[in-house]
Amino acid sequence: MASKSESRMTPLKLLSLGLVVLWLFLAAFPFVWTFWGSFKVQGDFFSKADWTNALFGVFTTRETGGAFTANGYYGAWVQESFWYNFWNTGVVVFFTVTISLTFGTLGGYALARSGFRYAFWILMAALVFRAMPHITLVSGYLLPFFEWNIWGIKPTTIIVLVAINQPFTLWMLHSFFLNIPKDLDESAMVDGCTRFQAFRHVIVPVMWPGVITTGLFSFLLAYNDFAVTSMLLSGENETIIPAIASFLGTTQIEGNVMFAVAAVVMTTAPLFILILFFQRHIVSGLTAGAVKG
Amino acid sequence: MKHRTFLWFILPTLSAMILFIALPIVSVFIQSLFVQHEQVLVVSESCGPFGCSSTTSIDAEATAQLRAEQPLGKFNGFGTYTNRAHLAFAEVGDAWRNRDGLGDFLDELMDLPFYKALIFTLTYTFVVTPIVLILGLAIAVGVNTLPRVTKGPAIFVSLLPFLVTPLVGSLILFWMVDGDGIIGATLQILFNDPSLSVKASTPLMWTMLMVYGVWHTLPFSFIVFYAGLQTVPQDTLEAARVDGANKWETMLHVVVPHLMPLVTFVTLMLLMDNFRVLEPIVSFSAQGHAQSLSYYIFNDLREAGNPLYSSAGATSMMTILGVVILLTPVLIRTWRDFNQRAH
Repeated sequence: MASKSESRMTPLKLLSLGLVVLWLFLAAFPFVWTFWGSFKVQGDFFSKADWTNALFGVFTTRETGGAFTANGYYGAWVQESFWYNFWNTGVVVFFTVTISLTFGTLGGYALARSGFRYAFWILMAALVFRAMPHITLVSGYLLPFFEWNIWGIKPTTIIVLVAINQPFTLWMLHSFFLNIPKDLDESAMVDGCTRFQAFRHVIVPVMWPGVITTGLFSFLLAYNDFAVTSMLLSGENETIIPAIASFLGTTQIEGNVMFAVAAVVMTTAPLFILILFFQRHIVSGLTAGAVKG
Repeated sequence: MKHRTFLWFILPTLSAMILFIALPIVSVFIQSLFVQHEQVLVVSESCGPFGCSSTTSIDAEATAQLRAEQPLGKFNGFGTYTNRAHLAFAEVGDAWRNRDGLGDFLDELMDLPFYKALIFTLTYTFVVTPIVLILGLAIAVGVNTLPRVTKGPAIFVSLLPFLVTPLVGSLILFWMVDGDGIIGATLQILFNDPSLSVKASTPLMWTMLMVYGVWHTLPFSFIVFYAGLQTVPQDTLEAARVDGANKWETMLHVVVPHLMPLVTFVTLMLLMDNFRVLEPIVSFSAQGHAQSLSYYIFNDLREAGNPLYSSAGATSMMTILGVVILLTPVLIRTWRDFNQRAH
């Protein structure tokens, strides 16, 4: 029941409302602007003289005949074979997520059910590993990988991303499994199941909400990664993020900035769709760690 | 759970972490103790009618062979740590002895690449983190008062800057603040200075990087605090109101203490993530004005065809040390909590 004082407009309330509106504008505007501008030519996207050019596409109309053009997309997708980098990203992300979830559920379950002191130490070590800047680890990989001749290929990057993902996955699934009552799998074991059978037949069917949430974050980590993929993948195995970084240098010189703009929009699109469908999972995942401490 | 069963369950994840996180740290440490072989020089003497002259040339083949045989290079101890590119004891000592005041000393430090990176990283971390904490809480309180139907879309929009790829997010902002971009051009008109450019000014570049940092991480603290606000006990709020506390006092004495554990958690996460800042510097091409520790390592490894493993290794070890120092308070606290629970 809202009391009178709650529904009244106080200056404080107005101020906080204004802050929210300002934030929402700042959060959304860059994306809207870049999306709109990606269908223009460079003269409009970087319209120094008159910013309304970017809205109405004055130069775009002059150069291409219409107010919208897909030249940037054509250039990025076909001319710069961006589709190939997308394919690479798909492969790397798919395997990273699958493997790290498999490893993570097994480990997280064990940590949640073991009361021994070493379980705590493993979690602490995972916390420290979670804090390592990824680039410091990469500087440890390069030399051995060159020596063993496994640098540049996708499997190496996948297993490295899986490992980097593990600390986070372990923490998340560990706290999730703590919420599943112990009695569930223990009664199965009383009935004669082994620990693994109990896990397979009792825990697996009920663990999907937690696994999906964790999977979303594994996906984000693998998809968004720059430090590992840019250092460990050779040219033909490059995923989209390092590809954007590397063709930034060349397109700037050739005046093909719009290719990069189109590529950036295409990279953001899957994330947009992800948030659209999984918003609730993402929010609960972000707060899961917090509630458990 | 029995020890043996536990071992089988934990084995895949533990071996992945040991092989690709723990061992690389060892490998980084070893690399940091070696330096690359110098080029093999051959002195050849050629005698002509006007006497003999000796020329020194590089034996490329022998150099390549030596480097291939011992890729680590030769042992150098802690030499790399103390050289000019890292802790630079000699230069710092000089600068301290010949200083004209603290400002001058700091200027001298900023000329040393490692200190330059360290100072930027610390400034970035300790400017962005508190701003994000305070603004996050303010926005969470604001969104909490919104009508129900608008909350969902508000959270959707807020998630975008946080989940977008850092490299891509910073590029989007960079294009807007470019001299020809919408924000950059507007600023030029506002300040009536057509040469105003983020790319050309160090203070502007630092500000821009931190603005990006706030933009990118604000949603995280906002979402966590927003979730926390849903769990504030209504009775306590009611009691505070009955006792005559106004909105502001209720906020300060009821809501904030209730959210305190979350503040610790968010601070920890923000410190970890801000300390590793790398992508915006790449996107903004800011290396001339601002380098972070991560970028310094990245740059050493990027050194075309000839990565500086020892230099990258030394910086990495010191970065890891920095992370551990940053985390110590949290680790000690968790350890205490664990012991209390055990007794």
